[in-house]
Amino acid sequence: MDKEFRFLPEQASRISGQVDLLYFFLVTVSIFFALLIFFLIYIFAMRYRRRSEDEVPREIPGLLKLELAWSIIPFGLTMIVFVWGASLYFNTYTPPDNALEIYVVGKQWMWHIQHPTGQREINTLHIPRGEAVKLTMATEDVIHSFYIPAFRIKKDVVPGRYTTMWFEAIKVGEYHLFCAEYCGTKHSQMIGTVVVMEPADYEAWLSGGNSNEPLAVSGEKKFQQLACNTCHTDKPGARGPSLVGVFGSQVQMQNGDKIVVDQNYIRESILNPKAKIVAGYQPIMPTFQGQINEADLLQIVAYIQSLSKNGNTNQ
Amino acid sequence: MSTAVFNPRPDQLDQDSQTHRWNYLNVGYTIKSWLLTHDHKRIAILYLISVTLFFFLGGLFAVFIRLELMTPAGDLMQSETYNKMFTMHGIMMVFFFLIPSIPAVLGNFLVPLMIGARDLAFPRLNLLSWYIYIIGGLFTFAAVLLGGVDTGWTFYTPYSSTYSNTNVILAAVGIFITGFSSILTGINFIVTIHKMRAPGLTWFRLPLFIWAHYATSLIQVLGTPVIAITILLVGLERLFHIGIFDPKLGGDPILFQHLFWFYSHPAVYIMILPSMGVISELITCFSKKKVFGYHFIAFSSVAIAVLSFLVWGHHLFTSGQSIYAGMVFSFFSMAVAIPSAIKVFNWTATLYKGSVSYQAPMLYAIGFIGLFTIGGLTGIFLATLAVDVHVHDTYFIVAHFHYIMVGGAIMGYLGGIHFWWPKITGRLYPEGWARFAALVVFVGFNLTFFPQFVLGYLGMPRRYHIYPEEFQMLNVMSSAGATILGVGYLIPLIYLFWSLRHGPIASANPWGATGLEWKTPSPPPTENFERTPVVTEEAYEYTPSREKLKESEVV
Repeated sequence: MDKEFRFLPEQASRISGQVDLLYFFLVTVSIFFALLIFFLIYIFAMRYRRRSEDEVPREIPGLLKLELAWSIIPFGLTMIVFVWGASLYFNTYTPPDNALEIYVVGKQWMWHIQHPTGQREINTLHIPRGEAVKLTMATEDVIHSFYIPAFRIKKDVVPGRYTTMWFEAIKVGEYHLFCAEYCGTKHSQMIGTVVVMEPADYEAWLSGGNSNEPLAVSGEKKFQQLACNTCHTDKPGARGPSLVGVFGSQVQMQNGDKIVVDQNYIRESILNPKAKIVAGYQPIMPTFQGQINEADLLQIVAYIQSLSKNGNTNQ
Repeated sequence: MSTAVFNPRPDQLDQDSQTHRWNYLNVGYTIKSWLLTHDHKRIAILYLISVTLFFFLGGLFAVFIRLELMTPAGDLMQSETYNKMFTMHGIMMVFFFLIPSIPAVLGNFLVPLMIGARDLAFPRLNLLSWYIYIIGGLFTFAAVLLGGVDTGWTFYTPYSSTYSNTNVILAAVGIFITGFSSILTGINFIVTIHKMRAPGLTWFRLPLFIWAHYATSLIQVLGTPVIAITILLVGLERLFHIGIFDPKLGGDPILFQHLFWFYSHPAVYIMILPSMGVISELITCFSKKKVFGYHFIAFSSVAIAVLSFLVWGHHLFTSGQSIYAGMVFSFFSMAVAIPSAIKVFNWTATLYKGSVSYQAPMLYAIGFIGLFTIGGLTGIFLATLAVDVHVHDTYFIVAHFHYIMVGGAIMGYLGGIHFWWPKITGRLYPEGWARFAALVVFVGFNLTFFPQFVLGYLGMPRRYHIYPEEFQMLNVMSSAGATILGVGYLIPLIYLFWSLRHGPIASANPWGATGLEWKTPSPPPTENFERTPVVTEEAYEYTPSREKLKESEVV
């Protein structure tokens, strides 16, 4: 965040350079066409300026070849840009499987961040350099948007669902974090800092300070507090399906649909359990809407995710 | 009847009148003769006065925004007040100035004149549309007086439907009501253009201004009901907690964005298409030359109207919309750039080997082409998925749409107002002042909005009351430019007023333009034409054929 004048934010993520390259291409093509138009207008305006009131210019009704040329060439150029922009977007859309998962809750007007190891931060996000980081984001109230200009990425945080984004920081430093979607009175103060650290420093930061319990452990406690474990057990004949190994697997629903269990499905099953019923079970689970906030909900989601990652069978 | 010889009714005579000729302005001076008029020209004047008021009111909010943004800290007003400022600026400018400006003022005045008709097809509906507009305006104005609204002109849910504590309902009702005036104007134009063209005036002899207004009317009639429905749903949710958009009530906030932009993106073309129509008239007149590629310009207006309904999803690239939907919308957004490019190239080609002169309307037209070109090209950036993810909701967007709506739509509007001012008022405006003002507007505009492209790419989000210090220099440049721009808008206000009394009397056709509106006196009589004109030539016949030249020499 130095003070010297610049035209670009820092290129601090893996895709920053790629987005900037496309941006430069667009700027170059735009300058070419803008200058072409300005130059032609200038030349025509000077060369053909009215010299006497009664001069009568020759009629030129149009020329099909020209019309086709200036329709097809720009169309071709926009198609290059379209394919380039869409493929860059598409290729960088899905996070790698081994991404570090961090959980974000937006609320008027702050960002609340939970690390898998249990650290919690407000309006600051510490991440290691050179590692893919995936954010799973929820909001307590209105729409927010998580925006890191130096990473060239933003994603809206929409009530009623989880949205995700991911990035890989390539440069150590401190970068702006902005809320980009207008969210009410203090929208412009819903800002923070992304701190990119060398992996070793990041490890030190994780282990420093007050000792935290990992997020999945907090989630497990919530799971027990809310008595989820009375039904969701491994025992045969349990009233609810076992949750061990369920995350990321395909599950058969009562209506015949097959669903891959993801974060949004778990969220929905907790808040609106009757929406999708697993085959072989009764729709008896009560809703937890209004009994749990987004941050705690994310802990339970993290816990259920952890049941698939390390084959944990402590139920 | 349009063929009737003009014959003023004795009860409409004004005793003090010293003019010998009767026109639509001096047939009556009573308030009633204005407020109950069925004359499309008088209704156009009513609209001219009201949209001008809203323009300067909206501009006043912009003044406060730019003053506040001179410094990074929030030192002039509270965040809550700032949020109301940009909301009211947006609502006033979009719904009460830009959308009605050219169609309801110039379109109302000129559509019947240009096609040789006596009035619009439904004169009473036309008057009704102005009353509806005013009633809608009063609701929104009441929302301002009672404390304002802070949702942004986009009214995104669930902020607008649940969380905002401001006068959302009042402002929304105002916009809901005003939408109907837009629909009525659109219906009136469509029917008039279909049914009331003068003998010989075939579709491909129509001025391109008419084609542009026809395309605009299609969008108004097809699109506006959707925003009305959307606003109604927001109101229902806010008042009766019916879950439509707020997920806590079982709704979907993204649904609102789809519905809102299904209207509001085409609405951008409601603002810019009429302006493009104006530019086609100006470029041909001040080059004394037939327009290059008439059919391409005419059909590009229709193509824009059709494609405009297929691009709304480019406002949702970062909202979590499916990536495949994003690709489809990206593709169509690229495609809609082509008809706009066709227009720009054809206007430029029209200048080639023309007889180009630089009266104020032409300066506005050339300014329009320059600014619209920049606005259009930066639109491609936003249609490009990977780039939009970075610049969405930043000042890059703010700069882009001001280049289209202010650089494009308002330049066209001012160019048109100057061009037809002699026809509307019967007076000429002072040319020197007008050229000077056009230059001031152009310079002020670029200084205001060009720095915002850089600000946006650097990452400054829009709607920020307080911002990091490194953005200050560009913001100060922008505010300085806005001062110049503001002066540029005030100068015409002053000399146009002045010209009403002191301007030289205008002849029927001061520019030597083609088009039926110039074949009737300035200002026109209430009936528009003493005899229904018969059209025997193409649009923009600035070059008489040899035979016609000989005839005129004989005469």
